[in-house]
Amino acid sequence: MKPAIVIEQWLAARLPGDAAEWLKSSVQRLRGGGSDKDLYMSVSLVPRKIGKADLALSATELGHATAARPGWNPREWSLDQAARVLLLLAAAGDGATFSRRLDQLCATADVGELVAFYRGLPLYPDQPRHVLRAAEGVRTNMKAVFEAVAHRNPYASEQLAEPAWNQMVLKALFIGASLDPIVGLDRRANPALARMLCDYAHERWAAGRPVSPELWRCVGPHARGDMLADLARVLKKGTGPERAAAALALSSSPDPAASGLLWEYPELSAAVSEKKVSWQAIANPA
Amino acid sequence: MRFIDPHIHMSARTTDDYERMAAAGIVAIVEPAFWLGQPRTQVGSYIDYMSSLVGWERFRAAQFGIRHYCTIGLNSKEANNEALAEQVLEILPRYLMKEGVVAVGEIGYDDQTPVEDKFYRAQLSLAKEFDMLVQVHTPHRDKKSGTTRSMDVAIEMGMEPGRVVIDHNNEETVEEVLDRGFWAAFTIYPHTKMGNERMVEIARKYGSERIFIDSSSDWGVSDPLAVPKTAHLMLERGIAARDVEEICYGNALQAFGQSGQMKEEHWLDPAPIDQRMLFEGNSVLRGQAPRVGEPAAVPQHSDATVFK
Repeated sequence: MKPAIVIEQWLAARLPGDAAEWLKSSVQRLRGGGSDKDLYMSVSLVPRKIGKADLALSATELGHATAARPGWNPREWSLDQAARVLLLLAAAGDGATFSRRLDQLCATADVGELVAFYRGLPLYPDQPRHVLRAAEGVRTNMKAVFEAVAHRNPYASEQLAEPAWNQMVLKALFIGASLDPIVGLDRRANPALARMLCDYAHERWAAGRPVSPELWRCVGPHARGDMLADLARVLKKGTGPERAAAALALSSSPDPAASGLLWEYPELSAAVSEKKVSWQAIANPA
Repeated sequence: MRFIDPHIHMSARTTDDYERMAAAGIVAIVEPAFWLGQPRTQVGSYIDYMSSLVGWERFRAAQFGIRHYCTIGLNSKEANNEALAEQVLEILPRYLMKEGVVAVGEIGYDDQTPVEDKFYRAQLSLAKEFDMLVQVHTPHRDKKSGTTRSMDVAIEMGMEPGRVVIDHNNEETVEEVLDRGFWAAFTIYPHTKMGNERMVEIARKYGSERIFIDSSSDWGVSDPLAVPKTAHLMLERGIAARDVEEICYGNALQAFGQSGQMKEEHWLDPAPIDQRMLFEGNSVLRGQAPRVGEPAAVPQHSDATVFK
């Protein structure tokens, strides 16, 4: 099933009569070749017509999402976001037309619209065409908009080149966004990113500021030399979550010296092998 | 006491202002689209400005626990560039239905030229077409007759007085505005518009029905705390607390709330999803509302010597 059909079914099951009716006729008009203005007006009107409640998908429905588009995770979507993406897809046309309209919509978007448009990235036609759009979303200073690209969205890991990917991860730490919801975080770890993150940790230490324990997740798989020394420092001096993070990072390092370091802390070492610590728990402290 | 500043140009203000406003009890503001101190030359400048009113500025305010609403329109000064004004009129419908847009505004007269009249009327028509409220800027010069004319034309174009806010009133204009059933807003502004001692006397004389105050703070010498300061002065000088609350909070909410876009629950009881996405303020009603991320920063006093 296509993502648009899946979204349409979710909304049909949730919206009351008049809202459902309005959405249905708007979608039909756009599928029948509606004008730019039809698209812009209906996209703007969505919250007034159908509200902003959570979409609140069941486990089965989330399964339909993944089946329709691998990696797509609309767990945190709201009704208005789903409806806006549906309208965009209904008006789709070819990649060039879609892109032109998306650019126009973004140029005059409010915050809620931006979040919806960026969350929809993995569903748009001609996927590689939207790389600059995604990069623009990463460039924002509005955290909710940044997270629309970075969190629970497979687009960035599939389409961003390494430098842009590394900037996105680093920026997440800068603006206090969690790393754990970034799709493909472990798969796309790379030596250049590990280097950048360690440099960033040194900057923070020099300034007497805290370092997010999540940072070490992308360091571990490429940790060697001085980076191992950084992790050793965290193991020795860090807070509880920081030490757990350093231990997890060391356990993911291919360097034999890493396991040697970890063995010096039998309790942490045991916690790692017994899976009592996890990146998810570090990202979401109780 | 909670306050609303229903006319303030926050794009021209700093984060210090936002912190002080939040600390003084301002929970919501309305930012009217206006001119930037010098005329714009391209329609693209209007597009970027209006996008920032529904985007960045709304987000920025939320970081300080203040709810941001705006009005969208072509101001009277810049209406005088007729060719450009035509283009601006074309793009306005793209913004009128955005979230948090509470009225068409601020529109009206400046020099009361024929071109200003043309675009004032055109925007009143838009308000009718989109079923929206209107926020009227009354002229500084020839104020009394300009105010009368603003109301005459609004009625002629089919607006109900109860859906029109007449702003920048003074002792000379207030009576007619109230008698004709419009909302009467007063701008407390040092040097040019109303001083707040005068405002106390107006409250004493006219009471609190359909009257509210704002700061109209912008890039000029102005005071973003004008509303809370005037409230305190009113209380000090014996205006009843109930009236002060209406003038500094309740009436602005009632007037702009008619849009359906501005609701008390937005700041008293923010929806969790919205709080995650946008709003950093504390929920007043829900003691243990789920806070995601770090708590709102405690205002750092700008006179502190050490900062980390």
